[in-house]
Parts: sequence; structure tokens; C-alpha cells
Amino acid sequence: MIDFLVSWIANTPGFAAPYALAALGLIVSERAGVLSLGAEGFMLVGAVIGVGMILSFGMPPLPAMVAAMVAAALVSTLFAALVVWLKINQVIAGLVMVFFCQGATSLIGSQYGWTNRPFTGLPKIELGPLANVPVLGPILAAQDVVIYATPAIFLGVVYVLFRTHTGLRLRAVGESPEAADAAGIDVSGVRFLSVMAGASLIGLAGAYISVGSAKIWVEDMTSGRGWIAVALVIFARWSPWRALAGAILFGAIEALVPKLAAAGVRLPQYLMLMTPYLATLGVMIWIAAARRGAAPDEPGALGVPHVREERR
Amino acid sequence: MTGPALSLRGVEKSFDGFAALKDASFAVDAGEVHALLGENGAGKSTLMNVACGLYAPDAGEVLVGGAPVRLSGPRQAAELGIGMVHQHFKLVRPFSIVDNVVLQGRGAGRRARYGASVEAAAEAIRAQGAALGFSIDPHARVDTLSVAEQQRVEIVRALVAGARILILDEPTAVLAVSDAERLLETLRELAARGTAIVLITHKLADVRRFADRVTVMRGGRTVATVDPAKTETAELTRLTVGDAPLSTVGRTSRVGRRRFEAIDLTCLRRDGAPAVDGASFHVRAGEIYGLAGVSGNGQSELAEALMGLRRVDRGAIQFEDAGQSVEAASPSRLRAYGAAFIPADRYSYALAGGLSVADNYAIGRVRRGDYGPVGWTRRGTIRSDAAAAVEAFDVQGVRSLDQKAALLSGGNAQKLVIAREFGGEPTIVVAQSPSRGLDVRASAAVHGRLAEARDRGAAVLLVSEDLDEVTALADRIGVMSGGKLVAEFEAPFDRQAIGRAMVDHSAPAHDAATAP
Repeated sequence: MIDFLVSWIANTPGFAAPYALAALGLIVSERAGVLSLGAEGFMLVGAVIGVGMILSFGMPPLPAMVAAMVAAALVSTLFAALVVWLKINQVIAGLVMVFFCQGATSLIGSQYGWTNRPFTGLPKIELGPLANVPVLGPILAAQDVVIYATPAIFLGVVYVLFRTHTGLRLRAVGESPEAADAAGIDVSGVRFLSVMAGASLIGLAGAYISVGSAKIWVEDMTSGRGWIAVALVIFARWSPWRALAGAILFGAIEALVPKLAAAGVRLPQYLMLMTPYLATLGVMIWIAAARRGAAPDEPGALGVPHVREERR
Repeated sequence: MTGPALSLRGVEKSFDGFAALKDASFAVDAGEVHALLGENGAGKSTLMNVACGLYAPDAGEVLVGGAPVRLSGPRQAAELGIGMVHQHFKLVRPFSIVDNVVLQGRGAGRRARYGASVEAAAEAIRAQGAALGFSIDPHARVDTLSVAEQQRVEIVRALVAGARILILDEPTAVLAVSDAERLLETLRELAARGTAIVLITHKLADVRRFADRVTVMRGGRTVATVDPAKTETAELTRLTVGDAPLSTVGRTSRVGRRRFEAIDLTCLRRDGAPAVDGASFHVRAGEIYGLAGVSGNGQSELAEALMGLRRVDRGAIQFEDAGQSVEAASPSRLRAYGAAFIPADRYSYALAGGLSVADNYAIGRVRRGDYGPVGWTRRGTIRSDAAAAVEAFDVQGVRSLDQKAALLSGGNAQKLVIAREFGGEPTIVVAQSPSRGLDVRASAAVHGRLAEARDRGAAVLLVSEDLDEVTALADRIGVMSGGKLVAEFEAPFDRQAIGRAMVDHSAPAHDAATAP
């Protein structure tokens, strides 16, 4: 039993980190008022570029993941241009981005021969004698540098969002673009950069799946994790810390599925994979029913384009 | 400093071809409270939005302290010491007061650490608040504050940003009487400290009590700047509403029976306060009854109740032909009585912008079975009828009947609505601000149709904030104020008397009494 628990706990962070990072990226973008439904697509971009940098350019895993972040941010400028400048409906533009990225990443992967080629990828952290400590040792030894960096990334983003002028402007633009505009803030500029910053975190989440966990590129390998992250942000009601907790919860569920199967417990795996969505559904109903009248957690101008001289 | 603190010269501004400002000029000196008076749509807010950098003028110049400036945006206006308190507050509601102040990026300097900015801003808020006699907790969230408190926050925020010219857009409109008193005293005090204050208002009482000078705007132009203490109320009213001659033309129709009647009609707002408070009036066949008043005095709620869009909480609306009292009329039942509606917001209530011109024309009549039974529409008939109506009602800009209605300009969209509503020869017409935002030609066309309906024997109710429109068209006029019908007038109309009824009653009673 203890072995089962230890191996479950050891595996959870690897599943939780992509959810956590993608959700954090979505929070950055959505706090600025832009609904980045394209997350699934940005994750795929990060995943394929991370692999490509390793296979074709011989980059070490960490620089490859940084390149993946840059690539996702660059692709997101297309999305940002659609929704921030052209004021196209954010939901539609987001869906288009997902399908575009699915096609483009599959094409690039097969064109350059990156598909189905295993590689070494991100190594686990060497802990030396610490790895021999009972219970704790195996858990700590199963993690890599991104896992350890994730809480630090959260701290950094939370600090910027809630303790700096930059974060104040970002949130003001998402809550009330009119007020931000009257205060002299460049609403479009802030939103554009927020989308890019968010997409780079989402790209990191994707690169972690291919470079960190699977150590291989397969078409559509994110398999809906971007959508779970979108749901997770609603579940977390746009709070980074709640999103981290939610990511750990969802990651734990996902880590449990193969363990249970290995232990011979017969549970429909699709039921387990459905739980994140069920949990999100529950939270949405709870917010609608029980928290009616309370101040909404959703950014006030989420999904609403800002047009200054709108008059008829 | 040389010259006035802020002046605007020859400012022009149009929105989609509609000229909101035509050659408007204005100047305010340091240390004075300068009122900007005018009816709704006279261009007061637009002019001041130019002054605070939100709108770029099409022509004309802005001078601060006598020096011409080009305002690239609100931030630059703030740097020049221009602060504006908008009618709809520009505060981020889930933020604390101090965050809203820091957001402006002024006070502690933009390079400062956030924490240091917050401390400096909190200190500045307390200091400014104390100087004005407000007690403000800088860390309170804006959405926990009352409207009056939010307004104080806006004023304090402008002052912390270094405003020497403070513009307030209809500041007393949202306040209770005692809060309004206090605000106006605060403004006097600020003026005494050398701040130039611009007070946008449509209340004569505010002007009389607190302004040193008043500039009157009408139809996008500034018409006069006078000293309110030396000007008769009648003269100010005349400047505000214009001195069009008494209109008596073309009232030849025979007035018939009462077609519909509101009896002690009361509609409550969501907060339980009455929006319409016991209004009673009737409209007879062959007459246009005008409902005038300063906006926000219950006319639009009354019109919505008549159209079946708002619940009636007390009283009744009675339609004669129905032979019964209709208390909670649904739009489809009202249509069955031959009623036609021209709502104020044509894009939300009258047209489906994404549908074609032909479909929009057919919407009101499909249910009556004009275009075939349930489950079958005669597209051909719809198209030929729509084409005929577009022709007859001179709807321009229709390149094709399949074109989206949203692509029509305001005036032509309104003509399409009228073409549809008047297609069935209605016996009752309720029109709410039917010519708002339309140019002269289009409004004339709309007015012509209303007069035609009257001459045909329809009972027409015209709800409008535009006194020129109401006096030109109506046979009788009821003035609404504070949700009550306070006065009725018969043609020929005394514009001054109507103007007085509109503005006097909208001021708190004791204000009017103490006015000099």
C-alpha cells in the first residue's frame, strides 16, 4: 500500500505541471480580458518546437523549452492581432487557432521527420544520497527541473500580477477597459502583450509534455489538456493559487488511472478522465446557484473587445 | 498664467456623419465655477470629452493657460492638469481606491516600486480627502462604496493627479439632495483654492446656486456665455431650448374618441423606487400626444410599459378597441389591437441586425399569417412587399434586399422600422425618440410619417427629449418629471412654459425656492 501511495505521489507532479503552467498562462491572458481558447493549439506549438530543437538542432532540453515558449508566443501574435486589433469574436478566433495549430504542428512534425522519434529529453534531478531517504527519497528523485521551477514561476507571476504596476494595469484592462483607457493606459498594447506572455507559459506546458514527460513527438499529443486547462481556470475562478491546487488535483487523478489499472482495479478509464470536466461543471453550477449576488470572480471585461469612440 | 485656464475654440466633431459639435467654443478661468448648460444631445459631454483628451476633435483647438496643445489622450490631458469626472465613473470597481489612483501612474512617479506608489497614493488620498472634509479609507474596494462616495473618489483622484481644471459631467444627476448640496459646496471650496471648475448640467437650479458663469449649448453649438445672477430664468430657458416660433401649422385632423389611456400607471425600478409614479393621460384618435421631459424622468419606462416591455406594478393601460383593460400586455397582443411601436433603441428592439432587410421587414407580420401558415413562408411575397416598402418609405442604402440590416445607417434603419410598423395602417402608434441621431432630412421624413398617421386617424404617442420635435408635431404635450406627469399643455405651445415645467420640477423643491 505504501509503495502504491509513494509511486502515485511521485507521478502526480509530472501530470500536474502542464495543467498548472497552461492554466497560469490562461489566467495571465484572461485577467487582461482576452479569452485564450487557443490554449490547446499553443501547447501543441510548444510541444513540437521543443522536440524539433532537440532533434534537428541538437539543443539541450532546457534551451529547447525556452525556444518552444518563444515559438508559442510568436504564434499567439496572430491570435492577438485577430482579437485585439481586428476585434474578432474571441471564442471563434480561439477555436480557429486550435484547428490551425493542430494542422500546422502535424505538418511540421512529419515534414521534418520529428514524429515518433524518441530522444533523451529532460533528465530527473540527481539527488545523490538524499534519494535513499525512505518515502521522501523516491518521490523527490522522480522530479525534474521544471517541476521544481513551477512553484517559483507561480510566485513570480503572482508577484507581477498583484504587486507591480504592470500587473495593476493588466488587471485594470481586463476588469474595465474604459476606466483603464481614461487613466491613460494603452488598452490594446497591454492586451496584446498579455496574450503573448500567457501563450509563452502555455507553450512551456506543451513543451514539458513532449520534452519532459513523453520524450517523443506524436501528432495531437496534448490530447485535450489545453481544454482541461481552460476548464481549470474557471474551476479556480481566475486565482493562480487555486489553479495550482486544481492542477495538482487533476494531475493526481490522471496519475491514478494507470496505477489502478496496474493494481488490477477495474474502473472505466474514461470515467476517470472525465473527472476534471465533472469537477469544473460542478464549480460552475455552484457559482451560478450558491454565489449569486456575490462579486463575480470573472474579469469584468473578459471576452469583450474595447472600442473607444463607440457611439451611434 | 495668461488667459483662461482652459479654452476650446471652434471645435467640431462628428460621429458617423452625425455632427455632434459644430463650431463650439468655451473658456473657463481659474477660480471660477463655470456651468455648461444644455438639453440632452446638445453636445456638452462631447465637448468636454474633447477637452479631456478622450475624443480627438475634427477641427478647432484646445488651449491650456493660453497655449495651444494637442491632446494625444487622457494621460496627456492629466499631465496638463485637466481632470474629468465622467457621468459613468471611470473606476475599476473590484479594485481598491488606492489601486485606482495608482493606475493613473501619477503621484509617486511612474518608476517607483508598486508598494511605494501605494503608500504615497494612500497618503495623498487622505490629505486631499481631509482638505475637502471627506473621510476616505484608501484601501476600501470601490464596489463597496455608495455612488456619492465613488464620486468623491473620482474628484480626489483627479486632484491627486494634479488637476487644476476639473470637469464634472452631470455630477448631481446621480446624487440624493443632501449629497448634491455637499458636492456643490465642495466645488465652491475648490474654486476658492484656485481650481477651474466646469460643471456640465441641465439643471437650472444648479447653475443658479453655484455657477459664476454659464455657457449655454444647443444643437452642438455654444450659443451664449452669461452671468446667471444677472440673467432671468426665462432668458436662460430661451437660450437652452431655442426660440422657435409658436407652431400652429397643419393641425387639421378631427380628434376622435380616446384610443388608449394610462390610468394611475406606476412602474417600479429594480430597487423598488418608482420610475413611473401614478401617471394618467389619454391619447385620442387623430392626435399626437407628446411626452416631454429631461431624460431619466420616467418617459422611457412609461414608453416601455406601453409597448409591453416593462411590467406595470399599479394602475392600468386601457385600449378602447379591445373593450377591456390590458394590464400586462404582451407585445403580440398589443399588435393584434393594431398598435405599432418605434422603440428608441432601434438596434436592440426594432431590428435584427444580422438578418436581411427583407427578413426584418417581414418579422412583425409573419405571425399574423400575412406570409403563409405556420411552417411555410412565402418568400416571394415577402420580397415584393419589402421592395415596395423600401421604395415607398425612401429607405436609402439598400443595395439588395438580402443585405444585413445592421449595414444601414441610423436614419435608414429607422425608416425601415417605420416602413414595417406603418405597413399595416396602425391605429395606435407609440414612438420613442424616433429621430434621435438622424440628420435633418431623415427626421423630417420620420415626422412626416407620424403626422400622416395622425391625419389618417391614428392615436400617436410621441415620447421625446427633444422639445423642438415635440412642439413641432404634438397637439397636446404632457411633461414628465420625477416619474410624475406634472403638467399638460395644449397647442399652440408656450415653449418657455414647457421648458420651465421640465427643469423646475427636476430640481429639488427647496432649491427652486431658494434660487435668487
